[in-house]
Amino acid sequence: MEDTICAISTAKGVGAISIIRISGKDAFKIINKIYKGKDLNKVESNTINYGYIYDKDELIDEVLVSILKSPKTYTMEDIVEINSHGGINTTNRILELVLENGARLAEPGEFTKRAFLNGRIDLTKAEAVNDLINAKSDLARKVALNNIKGNLYNKIKSLRNSIGELMANIEVNIDYPEYEDIEVITNEILKPKLNKIKEEIKIILNNTKNAKLINNGINVALIGRPNTGKSSILNKFLDEEKAIVTNIPGTTRDIVEGSITLDGFEINFIDTAGIRETSDVVEKIGVEKSKQATKDADIVIVVLNNNEKLTKEDEELINLVPENKRIIFVNKNDLENKLELKDEYVLGNTIDYSGIDNLKNAIKDKLNLDNIMVSDMTYMSNIREIDLLKKALNNIQSAITNLNSMPIDMLEIDISNAWNNLGEIIGEVYQDELLDILFSNFCVGK
Amino acid sequence: MYDVIVVGGGHAGCEASNISAKLGMKTLLLTMNKKNIADMPCNPSIGGVAKGIIVREIDALGGLMGVVADKSHFQIKMLNNSKGPAVRSLRCQADKRVYPKVMLEYLESNPNLEIKEALVEDLIIENNTVKGVILSDNTKIYSKTVILTTGTYLKASILVGSTKKDEGPHGEGRSNTLSDKLKEYGLEIIRLKTGTPPRIAKDSIDFSKLKEELGDDTYYTFSHDIKPVYDINKQQKCYLLYTNALTHQIIRDNLTKSAMYGGYVTGTGPRYCPSIEDKIVRFSDKERHQLFLEPESIYYDEWYLQGFSTSMPVDVQEKLVHSLEGLEHAKITKYAYAIEYDAINPLQMHPSLENKIIHNLFTAGQINCTSGYEEAAGQGLIAGINAVQKILDTEPLILKRDEAYIGVLIDDLVTKGIKDPYRMLTSRAEFRLILRHDNADLRLRDIAYKYHTINDEQYERLQQKKKDIANLIKEIKNTKLELNEEIKKDFINNNFSVPLRNLSYEELLRRPEITFNFLNNYHHFNYNKDVLEQVEILIKYEGYINKALKESAKLKKIEEKEIPENIDYTKIKNLASEARQKLSEIRPRTIAQASRISGVNPSDITILSLYLKKEYNND
Repeated sequence: MEDTICAISTAKGVGAISIIRISGKDAFKIINKIYKGKDLNKVESNTINYGYIYDKDELIDEVLVSILKSPKTYTMEDIVEINSHGGINTTNRILELVLENGARLAEPGEFTKRAFLNGRIDLTKAEAVNDLINAKSDLARKVALNNIKGNLYNKIKSLRNSIGELMANIEVNIDYPEYEDIEVITNEILKPKLNKIKEEIKIILNNTKNAKLINNGINVALIGRPNTGKSSILNKFLDEEKAIVTNIPGTTRDIVEGSITLDGFEINFIDTAGIRETSDVVEKIGVEKSKQATKDADIVIVVLNNNEKLTKEDEELINLVPENKRIIFVNKNDLENKLELKDEYVLGNTIDYSGIDNLKNAIKDKLNLDNIMVSDMTYMSNIREIDLLKKALNNIQSAITNLNSMPIDMLEIDISNAWNNLGEIIGEVYQDELLDILFSNFCVGK
Repeated sequence: MYDVIVVGGGHAGCEASNISAKLGMKTLLLTMNKKNIADMPCNPSIGGVAKGIIVREIDALGGLMGVVADKSHFQIKMLNNSKGPAVRSLRCQADKRVYPKVMLEYLESNPNLEIKEALVEDLIIENNTVKGVILSDNTKIYSKTVILTTGTYLKASILVGSTKKDEGPHGEGRSNTLSDKLKEYGLEIIRLKTGTPPRIAKDSIDFSKLKEELGDDTYYTFSHDIKPVYDINKQQKCYLLYTNALTHQIIRDNLTKSAMYGGYVTGTGPRYCPSIEDKIVRFSDKERHQLFLEPESIYYDEWYLQGFSTSMPVDVQEKLVHSLEGLEHAKITKYAYAIEYDAINPLQMHPSLENKIIHNLFTAGQINCTSGYEEAAGQGLIAGINAVQKILDTEPLILKRDEAYIGVLIDDLVTKGIKDPYRMLTSRAEFRLILRHDNADLRLRDIAYKYHTINDEQYERLQQKKKDIANLIKEIKNTKLELNEEIKKDFINNNFSVPLRNLSYEELLRRPEITFNFLNNYHHFNYNKDVLEQVEILIKYEGYINKALKESAKLKKIEEKEIPENIDYTKIKNLASEARQKLSEIRPRTIAQASRISGVNPSDITILSLYLKKEYNND
């Protein structure tokens, strides 16, 4: 009944390809749920298979999947390695999919631990990884401490305390059933409390979206017909801000064209067909590519030409992007105005920098960045934490769903699982803690 | 020369000596006073939440407490019936005169067991191995193993107000030197405290002012093997009462006179069993505290005032008791007292309950820092079984946390250490949904049979039950309730939603409101009550039970990874220093046990695992 674990096993943020590794008895079952291509149950061991990762009907990425069958693998279990080309967002998305389909996020060093537990690693290797794991977990400890500072820590802690007090009350009802002065936790009392906890977890998860912007940067895509000036806009941005990363031509899989910082936020310009097209290559707008970019991006800048009338293709592009992500930039205001537009837009050109400044402000407004800076920063910053918080939410939801059909001892299992999930986030899993709460809150005993 | 000497005839000593003799060992039970065998010096009840499940486990494992309780109680109740199957538990009001008598009969019927009155003051130790005991008159008695179940008698002191007497309960003597000797041999001694409330003469209680507490009107037994021997209509009543503002005022006015608050007590008391002065001080905003009056026996007229344990001087106790409604004219027959006693640090024990420092020495009960008759009996049984295994040189019986509350109890003792006397609570068991009242035999009787602690007949009964359960599950999966107008009407009349098509009985049972009781109207399920109950629980709560099983399966793998006894933690590089210190002190037996020690982090466990692999080629 050993569970199946997964993790991104390439270093975060470095390299064009990321590998998501899955190990355990359900590895093949899980990959088959999200992969389109050959039936991976039927392929030979040690093969690399070309195909696509889908979230239901939505294409997530084009991938290569390595199938490694037990026992001749690193962990001696079935292993799947997904080679994703999609950069950190897509990689995270795939990881989330794998988690949703039954895997659990691996602890730091857990693949190696399994390799060791299953007898795979020999003596010399064990010696070597010993140091590695130690270093890693120390780092992990520091990282955890840095991530979980101030607000978030307190928020999770107080949320967990309220669950703990609820549990202590339930436990005292169970362990001291004949104390009539102690409030009995009935469904009527439990329901609003659980709903409140659920709502609070949801708020933190929502804030997580903003956190992603802070930690992973803001992905901006430029789309538009050829010759509207996308590439000039990009170059202006990158030139002015002394781009921290620029594309090395030839690595066509690179998703990020270049990054700049804007008021402390990292802005990543992501690849869409035609950004770097040269004038002598006439290309279609590539609606498919633009669609993909629209999904990956936090902001999509639709570039239109001030000097031309609105075309059907322009309209198609505008409609492609949901309003909350969309900035329409009308370029070439140095030329004669022929464009008529009912939507809101930003005007500018790429001769002077005014167009760029306007765009920057538009991005900030669109994402409400100024507010993010000052508002309550309770958010989860890493996938492990988000995963745990989602689990906590599911456990609370399960308790709410079963409220009227299950006795309290069953519901308490869900509630205490949620309590443990939150405890793992803030590193508190002291087992006797509940008894401490119980005996300090209730007066019981002979 | 005996095989096993058991020192102390309380609940731990009874189970230990009985099982050892039952397993064919020449056993000697030493007690200071034969009259006090299986004595109940505190509350007159056996079982209770979680504790009742321990009694079921003792019975499943071939112990005596369940069957003796069944034969000696005058009231029985299933607690937490409405809160779900995981937390249901039996409690009976055991007659304080009958229980010891029945227990003694069982013990005396065992030809391998000899009972002798004597006071043990020292052990015979050679090469760190116990070879027998030395009595107060310096007589030496030799044995292969010794089990200490000394209860509160090691250096016992009774405190009432500022007076302190060096004696055990009932004015009995105490063991003066044994704990000092144990200390000399390297054991760490811990001073603990507990207390007991006053006893009241029945004819001085005004019952008309009190609220009745009745027994259940369903028959129950702790034992898996006997039919009920009591009459539900002849159960005795208990009563409920409360403290009031006057009681609280008297306590506040006299606080410094209490042994506890006057600074006369040095031992650590249990958190779950606070004295009444503790309750008033710690929960000063509470206007009243609940108390119970329970008869101690139907053969004498003394009542136990549960919830009112105190170490106040006798004159204050008089005032306090008289402040209670219904007890205005009460006659106190025995004053409340606090008792201090020596125990040993349970971290110095193996999970087999054998001492780590003195070989062949086992301990059980209050000497291991626990409290409660049931906790003591459970340990006594395990200590008895394992003393025998030690003699036979076979594997000790170590119950896992997902097998029994007794497993949780012992694992907690030897892994986590003790801050105050340990009482079992359901919240200590992370797998309580698996450790139910109803499945104690299914969990433990195969194990018991392997250790020869139950007989063939008991084993056959278990196998039959297992077969019946499997057959019944098959039957309900394969048969459907054919709906007709009449049946639909029954559903409506019961406020059940009417199925839209014919459902199997299994599907119907999954509905929270539908029971075999209801389904029996349409299909005769020819199985006994236990089997029906078991299947109903397994079907109804399958989702949650599977969740719990999944969690426990995670533990299994690391539970099987053993740590060599002679491991030197100072040689493991990269262990955090706190982990190194804790591991060296506790010396866990398995990786799983190591992972439960507070202060040992997951990364320490990984490093330890890698080290084991490297040094011991331990897979």
